[in-house]
Amino acid sequence: MGFLQRLKDGLKKTKESFVNQVTNIFTGRTNIDDDLFEELEEVLIQADVGVKTTFTLIEKLREDVDQEEITEPEELMDYFQKELQSLLQNDEGGFKFDKDLNIIMVVGVNGAGKTTTIAKIAGRYKEEGKKVMLAAGDTFRAGAIEQLQIWGDRLGVNVIAQQEGSDAAAVAYDAVQSARAKDVDLLIVDTAGRLHTQTNLMEELKKVKRVIDREAAEISAGVEVLLVLDATTGQNAISQAKLFNDAVDVDGVALTKLDGTAKGGIVIAVKNELDIPIKLIGVGEAAEDLQNFDPEEFIEALFSSEE
Amino acid sequence: MIFSNLAEKLQDTFDKLRGKGKLTEKDVKAALKEVKMALLEADVNYKVVKNFISKIEDRAVGKEVMDSLTPGQQVIKIVNEEMQELMGGSKEDIAIASEPPTIIMMVGLQGSGKTTSAGKLARKLSKDGKSPLLVAADVYRPAAIRQLQVLGERLDLPVFSMGEDSDPVDIAKGSINYASSHNCDTIILDTAGRLHIDQTMMEELESIKSTVEPNEILLVVDAMTGQDAVNVAKNFDDRLDIDGIVLTKMDGDARGGAALSIKAITGKPIKFAGTGEKLADLETFHPDRMSSRILGMGDVLSLIEKAEKSIDKEKAQALEEKLRKNEFTLEDFMEQMDQVRNMGPMEDILGMIPGMGGAKQLKNMQVDDKQLDYIEAIISSMTPEERRDPEVINGSRRKRIAQGSGTSIQEVNRLLKQFRQTKKMMKQLNSGKMKKGGGFNLPFFN
Repeated sequence: MGFLQRLKDGLKKTKESFVNQVTNIFTGRTNIDDDLFEELEEVLIQADVGVKTTFTLIEKLREDVDQEEITEPEELMDYFQKELQSLLQNDEGGFKFDKDLNIIMVVGVNGAGKTTTIAKIAGRYKEEGKKVMLAAGDTFRAGAIEQLQIWGDRLGVNVIAQQEGSDAAAVAYDAVQSARAKDVDLLIVDTAGRLHTQTNLMEELKKVKRVIDREAAEISAGVEVLLVLDATTGQNAISQAKLFNDAVDVDGVALTKLDGTAKGGIVIAVKNELDIPIKLIGVGEAAEDLQNFDPEEFIEALFSSEE
Repeated sequence: MIFSNLAEKLQDTFDKLRGKGKLTEKDVKAALKEVKMALLEADVNYKVVKNFISKIEDRAVGKEVMDSLTPGQQVIKIVNEEMQELMGGSKEDIAIASEPPTIIMMVGLQGSGKTTSAGKLARKLSKDGKSPLLVAADVYRPAAIRQLQVLGERLDLPVFSMGEDSDPVDIAKGSINYASSHNCDTIILDTAGRLHIDQTMMEELESIKSTVEPNEILLVVDAMTGQDAVNVAKNFDDRLDIDGIVLTKMDGDARGGAALSIKAITGKPIKFAGTGEKLADLETFHPDRMSSRILGMGDVLSLIEKAEKSIDKEKAQALEEKLRKNEFTLEDFMEQMDQVRNMGPMEDILGMIPGMGGAKQLKNMQVDDKQLDYIEAIISSMTPEERRDPEVINGSRRKRIAQGSGTSIQEVNRLLKQFRQTKKMMKQLNSGKMKKGGGFNLPFFN
C-alpha cells in the first residue's frame, strides 16, 4: 500500500463527515449567501477547528468573494481548499538529521501516545539503516520503562534506563553519553506524560531539556523537541502546545490517533494560532502509518474523490 | 483549576448585563452569543450548545425577565438552572451486586486513563471497606499488565493476570474464581484501549460483557476531548449500554465541555472525576456542584468533604484539648500541617473557595507548597526539647537550625514569631470562649 493510500485510509472518517459536509454546503445551493457561511462555521467548529480559526477562515473567504467577484458556490470551494492549505503551510515535515548525533526529546500530556510514537520513529529510522537508541525518561508512570524496553527488544534497538522513580535528567545525561560512545545517529528521549498546568513537573521537564542541551552542545549534536498531541483533543490542544512551547521550545508537533476521529481540525488551529509546524501525523496502528506531514498531500487525501 | 476559564468568560458577559437597568431583546441576544462562544471554546458539542442557547433564549426574552427590576440577574439565574438541568441531578453511586462479586468493567479509548483510573477506583473501594481485585485484561499494550501489577503492589491489593497470550474473555472469566477463592468482593476489569470504530475490538468487549455480566460498565473519558467526545460516548453506549463515565485529567486547564456534552447526548451520569497524578486523586462527581463551579460559584461542599476525610478526628480532639490548656507545641504544629497537606495541593484547595476561582489577583498566583516544606525542615532540625519549648532557642541554636534545615536565620525567626503569636491568640481565645467540637481547628491557616 502506498503512502498516499494509507493517508487516505487513515483520514477516511474525517473525509466522510467533515469533507462531505463541506462539499454539500458548496454544491447544494445556487448562490453565495450568509446561510452558506453560517453552515460552514458550524461544520468547522464541529471539526474542532476552533472558534478563532474558524472566524479567520470565514473572514478570508468573504474577502475572496469580494475581491475575486466569485458568484458560484462551487468555485468558492476551490478557494476554501486553498485557504486551508495556506493555513497549514509548513517549512518542513519530518526531522532535520543534519548532525552526527541527532536527539529528539518527546514531550506531551498523559496518554497522548508518546511511547508508541517513539517506537514508530525508531522503527522507521532503523529501517533506513540508522543506528538508533532510546532513553526511558518516563521514570514516573508504573510500567513505562518496561513498555519502552519491550519496544526496544522488538525493534532491536538499545534502551538506556534506570530504576522507576529515578531522576529523568540523569537518564537523559547517561543516554547522551552512551549515544556518543556508541556512535549512535539518533537518540530518542522519552519523558513522563504531564499536564501542562503542573508547574513543578514542567520545571522538571525544563531541567531535562537543559541537561540535554548542555551535553549536546559539547559534542555539537542536534536537539529537537517533539510535542505529541492526541487528535481527539479539543481546544485544550492550543493550551498544551502553548505551555509546552513556553517551557521547552517545541520544534514540531506529532499529531496522533487521527484515524480514530472525524475531527482532525485541531491541526489547523494549532498551526494557525501558534505557528508550530506539524511534523508527523499518525493515521493508524502500523509503523508506516506515522507519516511526515505534507499539507498538499493532506488536503489532496482529504478532498480527492477517489477512494 | 477546572472550568475557571469558562467561569471567567461567563462572569464577564454577565457583568455587562448586571449594569443595565432595562434589558432589550438585543441585549439578551448579544449576551447569549458570548455564552455560546464560551461554551464552544470549552469544547461543548455544537448541537448541545445550540439547544442550550435556544432554551435559554426562549425563557430570557420572555416577560418575566424583561419586566423584572434586575434583568441581568434573572438571565444568570436561568443559565444556572438550565446548566444544572443539563449536568443532571445528584451524584450517582456504583451498583453493588446483591451477591458478590460486584464486577466493574473499565472501557475507553487508548490513553484516556483506564489503568490509572482502575487503580484509583480500587483504592477508593478498599477505603470504603471493600476488598477489590484488579484484573489485567489489556493483553495488547506492551507492559500494561506490569503497570497494573505495580499499582497493585503500591496499593497492597491483589492483581489477577494470565499473561499476554491469553484471551481477554478467558481472563475475565478466570478472575471470578480467583476472586471467590481469595475473598475479593469486587472485581475491576482493566480492558485494553480501543477506537470506538474498531469493529473487532468492540466485539471483544461485547463478549466480555455477555460472559461475565458486569454490574457496572464505566467509560473512561479524557476531559480534554474535543467535539468527538459525544461520538465516542455514543458508540460505546450503543454497543455496551454503559452505566456511567469516569472523567479523567480534570486537573489540567481543559474547560471540560465534554462533560456537558456526554451527559446531554447519552443521558448517562458522570460518576467519578480524576483530579491528579496520585492514586488518591479520584473524586465522586457531583453534577450539582459542578454546575455552580462552571458559573464561578466555588465548591465549598467538596472542600469540607476533603477536610473531613483528611483530618483524623481523634488527633483533632487531642489537639483541641492542648490548645485549651495552652500546651500547644511546635510538634503539634507540624502534625497539624501534615493533616492540611493531606487535603492536597494548596492551589486546589483555594480553587474551591467561592470567589477565589474568579479573583483576578489570584489568577496567576502560584501557591507554593515548598513554603510548607521549609517550615517542616526547620521544625525537623530542632531537638525535641526545642520543639516543646521554643523559648530555649537562642542565637547559636537558631544558626544551627537554619543550617540544618537549609534555610536562613530570618526564616527560622519568622516561624518562631508566628508560633508565639498563635499561642498568644489561643490564650485570648481560651480566656473567652472557644467553640467546642468543631471537629477540626486550623489556627495557622485562618
